[in-house]
Amino acid sequence: MLYREAGQFKTTYAADQQIFPIRQDRIGIIALLVVAFIGVPLFASEYWFSAILIPFLIFALAAIGLNVLTGYAGQLSLGSAAFMAVGAYAAYNFQLRIEGIPILVSFVLAGLTAAGVGILFGLPSLRIKGFYLAVATLAAQFFIVWCLTKFPWLSNNSSSGVISTQKLIFFGHELTTPVEKYLLVLSVVVVLALAAKNMVRSSTGRAWMAVRDMDVAASVIGIKLMPTKLLAFAVSSFYCGVAGAMYAFCYLGSVEPDGFSLEMSFKILFMIIIGGVGSIMGSFLGAAFILLLPIFLDVALPFVADLFGLPFASATVSHIQITVFGALIMFFLIVEPHGLARLWQIAKEKLRLWPFPH
Amino acid sequence: MSKKIGDVILDLQNISLRFGGVKALTDISFDVREHEIRAIIGPNGAGKSSMLNVINGVYHPQEGRIFWHGQERKNMEPHMAAQQNIARTFQNIALFKGMTVLDNIMTGRITKMKANFIEHALWFGRAKKEELEHRKKVEEVIDFLEIQHIRKTPVNRLPYGLQKRVELGRALAAEPSMLLLDEPMAGMNVEEKQDMCRFILDVNDQFGTTIVLIEHDMGVVMDISDRVVVLDYGKKIGDGEPDEVKNNEDVIKAYLGAGH
Ligand SMILES: Nc1ncnc2c1ncn2[C@@H]1O[C@H](COP(=O)(O)OP(=O)(O)OP(=O)(O)O)[C@@H](O)[C@H]1O
Ligand SMILES: [Mg+2]
Repeated sequence: MLYREAGQFKTTYAADQQIFPIRQDRIGIIALLVVAFIGVPLFASEYWFSAILIPFLIFALAAIGLNVLTGYAGQLSLGSAAFMAVGAYAAYNFQLRIEGIPILVSFVLAGLTAAGVGILFGLPSLRIKGFYLAVATLAAQFFIVWCLTKFPWLSNNSSSGVISTQKLIFFGHELTTPVEKYLLVLSVVVVLALAAKNMVRSSTGRAWMAVRDMDVAASVIGIKLMPTKLLAFAVSSFYCGVAGAMYAFCYLGSVEPDGFSLEMSFKILFMIIIGGVGSIMGSFLGAAFILLLPIFLDVALPFVADLFGLPFASATVSHIQITVFGALIMFFLIVEPHGLARLWQIAKEKLRLWPFPH
Repeated sequence: MSKKIGDVILDLQNISLRFGGVKALTDISFDVREHEIRAIIGPNGAGKSSMLNVINGVYHPQEGRIFWHGQERKNMEPHMAAQQNIARTFQNIALFKGMTVLDNIMTGRITKMKANFIEHALWFGRAKKEELEHRKKVEEVIDFLEIQHIRKTPVNRLPYGLQKRVELGRALAAEPSMLLLDEPMAGMNVEEKQDMCRFILDVNDQFGTTIVLIEHDMGVVMDISDRVVVLDYGKKIGDGEPDEVKNNEDVIKAYLGAGH
């Protein structure tokens, strides 16, 4: 009786087309926002902010970016980390070279720069698909990281391209504490997540999904393939770029090109596979899962080993981590390609019928 | 039939289409008049689907000229056909598998929606208004095709017959002036075929939509079409009203030869 649509008859199409049509979902989202903006800052520790919550939000944003491109528009990409790097270095340079530019403006410009680079590397998608496109985006991954190391101008002549980000000045106030940075990141992520949700539920998103599901039929309906695909690359890279800028400015404070590795791109890809390909919420679930699993295993494994009196080496933890990741990814690819978001959906459908399953 | 058949709106002249060495279409000419139901028939591999693909710009014939409302069409791309109000369905269902029935049909109206992605992202300006307006139109299509009960179902969970119907819905949502249907009744049982026939006739009748139809079921073709063109091995072997075509020697031979 807790989670129902019954009784909530939609009398207008407007009611049926709300961003969250089911009342319990709306309440849930609002409650979540209240907790995130008010509850968490009251109770969480510094460690939680700087080691868990901030990276979680930033990776969730990058995962939304990849989900737009891969999950919605169907264009596989292995270059997410590189687009984050573009965002990080662009934001750094805007701060460096434009006197007094507000931090949020430099984040937006960083996103736009990444979008421009994304469009460039999206051009091959007009000719090639699937595996071959993935290889082309791999080129983006290596080329961008190489550029950032190769051209000292981009890192203000620092050795091996390492940059230390400027102060976070927000309306004349310097953000120094983890909780302030958390609130900044949270605000940006919430706004961009809602924007993404709005895009995918309107004709922009339908055009992406149409191209993903059946491109010939899409073009026969009147969808222009080139602008549709390139828009997906642009929006996706914008999200990754903003995520990258915040990764540098609000999380690490100092980054180097090699930090935005292929491994990081794969990590973001795994987030959407596990969280749910083609789901904005799945991007959050996947990011949480991928970031929390190692922390959980770090705590749980020694404990379990101890319980059985087994000898335990810390190297084992990372081996087991990799094994567990591999197993989970295979599980989701084979059994539930729509990831945790789909499992959540199924749980909700069950709950809707509960306690009378027929 | 009481309806008025109008002027020629689509005129194909001497169309030839090759894929490497394969001659899919050889020197074919025929026309389509406004408001008529024009059938294309012929044995398997005759070039029927290729013909539709030429009409809406998916294939580009090596030779021949195409006139649309008297204007010659050059360098046609599929999305341009959509802008000219030509919609179609496919022989192998080409729905957007990951989307619901409602979203599939909404997609059919995409050329009529003008809001850009920024308006969508911020949900301001035309974005919300358009979604509502077009939803209303889409609901009319849903009512017309009697698929209200499945509007929120992902299309890949639907049985074949219903998928075909949804695909027709997606095409109708564009309010096309010409509708190209590639074997809309293939693989259906008698009842589903009757429904589909009724929908096609109603579309033609109520909205005046011109229909170009490929169909193997001769009963249906002879029943509902105004004129029939017959292809065999990429060549035109017959063209005319159903009775004429039925008694055409070449047509009978082609069909017997192909084992029909
Ligand atoms: N994209 C393509 N590439 C190569 N050959 C093609 C292509 N499309 C069609 N053909 C060839 O053109 C010829 C006509 O094919 P088409 O699909 O138009 O026939 P059809 O009349 O629709 O047949 P069916 O009744 O089986 O649907 C066939 O020989 C086919 O192999
Ligand atoms: Mg065919």
